[in-house]
Amino acid sequence: METSYLLHAEAGGGVSSPSPVIDSSDKVEIKKDFNSKNHVKARIIKDIFFKSTVILFAFLSLLPLIFILYYITKNGIAVINWEFLTQLPRPIGETGGGIFNAIMGTLMLIVLSSIFSIPFGISAGIYLSEKGEGKIAHIVRLCVVVLQGTPSIVIGIIVYIWVVAPFGGFSALSGGIALSIMMLPVIIKTTEETLKLMPYSLKEASLALGVPYYKTILKVILPTGLSGILTGILLSVARITGETAPLLFTAFGNQFMNYNILKPIDSLPYRIFYYAMSPYPEWHTFAWGASFILVVVVLGFNLIARGISIKWKVQF
Amino acid sequence: MESPVLKVDGFSAYFGDNQVLKDINLSISNNLVTALMGPSGCGKTTLIRCVNRMHELIPGTKVSGKMYLRGDDIYELEPILLRRKIGMVFQKPNPFPMMSIYDNVIAGYKLNGIRLGKDEMDRIVEQSLKESALWNEVKDALHRKGTFLSGGQQQRLCIARALAMNPEILLLDEPTSALDPKSTAHIEELIVELKKNVTMLLVTHNIAQAARVSDFTAFIYLGDLVEFGPTEKMFTVPRDKRTEEYLTGKFG
Amino acid sequence: MKSETIFNRTIYLSALTVVVLLIAIFLTLLLASMPSIKTFGAGFFIGKTWDTASQKFGALPFLAGTLLTSFIALFISIPFSISISLFLGEYFKGGPVSAFLRSSIEVLAGIPSVIYGLWGLFLLMPMMRFIEVKVGVPPHGVGIMTSSLILTIMIIPFSASIGREVITLVPSDLKEAAYSLGATRFEVIKNIIIPYARSGMIAGILLALGRAIGETMAVTMLIGNSNFLPTSIFSPANTMASVIANEFAEATGVTASSLIYIGIVLFLVTMLVNIVGTYIIKKVSLEASKEVT
Repeated sequence: METSYLLHAEAGGGVSSPSPVIDSSDKVEIKKDFNSKNHVKARIIKDIFFKSTVILFAFLSLLPLIFILYYITKNGIAVINWEFLTQLPRPIGETGGGIFNAIMGTLMLIVLSSIFSIPFGISAGIYLSEKGEGKIAHIVRLCVVVLQGTPSIVIGIIVYIWVVAPFGGFSALSGGIALSIMMLPVIIKTTEETLKLMPYSLKEASLALGVPYYKTILKVILPTGLSGILTGILLSVARITGETAPLLFTAFGNQFMNYNILKPIDSLPYRIFYYAMSPYPEWHTFAWGASFILVVVVLGFNLIARGISIKWKVQF
Repeated sequence: MESPVLKVDGFSAYFGDNQVLKDINLSISNNLVTALMGPSGCGKTTLIRCVNRMHELIPGTKVSGKMYLRGDDIYELEPILLRRKIGMVFQKPNPFPMMSIYDNVIAGYKLNGIRLGKDEMDRIVEQSLKESALWNEVKDALHRKGTFLSGGQQQRLCIARALAMNPEILLLDEPTSALDPKSTAHIEELIVELKKNVTMLLVTHNIAQAARVSDFTAFIYLGDLVEFGPTEKMFTVPRDKRTEEYLTGKFG
Repeated sequence: MKSETIFNRTIYLSALTVVVLLIAIFLTLLLASMPSIKTFGAGFFIGKTWDTASQKFGALPFLAGTLLTSFIALFISIPFSISISLFLGEYFKGGPVSAFLRSSIEVLAGIPSVIYGLWGLFLLMPMMRFIEVKVGVPPHGVGIMTSSLILTIMIIPFSASIGREVITLVPSDLKEAAYSLGATRFEVIKNIIIPYARSGMIAGILLALGRAIGETMAVTMLIGNSNFLPTSIFSPANTMASVIANEFAEATGVTASSLIYIGIVLFLVTMLVNIVGTYIIKKVSLEASKEVT
């Protein structure tokens, strides 16, 4: 040990000889008074001031949230009653009525879009996590990013051209397709991320038992990652439940009850938009009521998603 | 004997309810290298972090007892003023990657909002890099980012950055643990050289390193200062059985 | 065929569907906007008139509307989102206050656009009208400024969460080095954290911009649906997204094609912004993970 140190020391000495020792008296004298109490105090005050500003601005950003939740609750709860939830809208001039069609419409749209997007999304997510390094996987990932960032109104146009125009009219089906395109990237991403977290040993254990590869994925990996995938699905549902723009030229709206997927269908966000933009104060109160329900539903989905990801988290 | 640069007086430290340093007493004089040695987790790093109050960055730490820097109570000074007077070099070389070599050396002044003239800065940079034996290797690349430097060079850059502030004490927290043997030798050589100008406190878990570079050694075990004295004496005739066991590799 | 093969083909085809879908979206938009592209060409973007009656279409008013609302919103949002990022990523990393702020920001992000629009109509609009009277401009209440304010609220959670992420990526040994030289926390933030996290924060701002450009409903409800070039930041206007929302359902022929022309521009711009932003963030987090090892 000692000898090797000496060898190194000699070898090192050639590369960069330590500089001649500098006498302390040669030291650069800094005449500036940065040791002075005032300089230090000024810096501390600046530090405290900055921190206070950060805290202030951070909490100021919550002000709109408080206002929005307050108004939705205050104006919304006042309208909500059994009739509001179970009756159909009535023409202007008649009091009462409700938004039953919009609630049912939103439910139908969620079901339709889930049917289209979940199988594709999970399947593509499996591809990305399993064959994630290839060139195609990189292109797919890029497309997922682009799709997620595509403005919802553009999706509305697309589905109008693809579905509404050929079928000759607005329909629940077209709305479901538009929303499923919006769900797809979220499901793919969360599925990929969840499955990537699965330890390789899990797969090995199954393969070692002679279980074929596809069965290992479907019967071992997928069920283990179920909570993550479910979280992703719920988050994507939460995302599309409040979407209005892609429905404007697809599902449109319908003030009557409709269960036919080839006919226009109402939805909560569309009803809010329609009522909000109307000139009638009574409809405005209905918009608040519908908003309250929509917020509760959307936040509910988010909350359940979060609950699942915490409670069911598989620990490794 | 002149007054000690650093005096530690009945000092204890706690992480939550866990006492990591127990009633430490130390006195360190000018221009000496003192090694703090002990198995990992013994509290040696905590001790030097308490010297420049870096432990306060981690919530939940408490200390009791006193420390004096040239007679001033460390815990009565403003931390930012104290830290300016005490240099620190870390386990992993950590030059600021977004700054040039030049700016790295002068970083202490920039960070502290001290405006210096171009001339003053040039002199400080040159002098600090010479002191840390890096000048010859980087003098033509001062305005390049330091990321192309080797690990050992980066660590010497960090030493230069600390020296630029003209510290009373330089704290070295296992400065060679992330380096290859050759760079390690280089740094050790540098430490011996620097002793002429600055007092150093070197944390190491490497017994041979303590033997090679230090004048005094403190052996810390489970938060206790077991033994403190001249390195030569401790390595030849340790007083405490635990020190002997540690030096002969019976544990740790 | 073997089940194994079927499985592999299925996942491969599903993944490929995404690519095909995106290409199909682009080609559809291109094809459908062709009549308008042929008629108006690049002059479309400097044309100031949007008139269905005379079939003259220029998108400058909407381009201006989108740029004005997005950039004003971005500008106002920056101090707020940086503050939240620093609050959550540096000052208060854990603890109940931080958790509260974080969940509140998530709730803010989860509120549907149409509800922001509703709230804006009944609260922001009267407030704006009041301000406009004070300033001495026609009190429309709706317009570019109103839309910008609602956009500000909508993009804050977005850029703040990216900002928080990139700030937590700053290696703690760099911060420690700065503290050991005697820096205050503010000095560490200003000289170490912000410069280190800068590219990531820029990416966050870029992605927020993408959001703002594409945002439709709240803006449609608050911008005043005017197809004239805005004369002030209080003018009623239309953004690229809002003019589509307002007119597409009833549009035919060249009108529809021109709206789709706007749509394809919207699609390409947000695509570019998203790819660049995501690329920067990926690079930043890759570098940070290298630092750790």
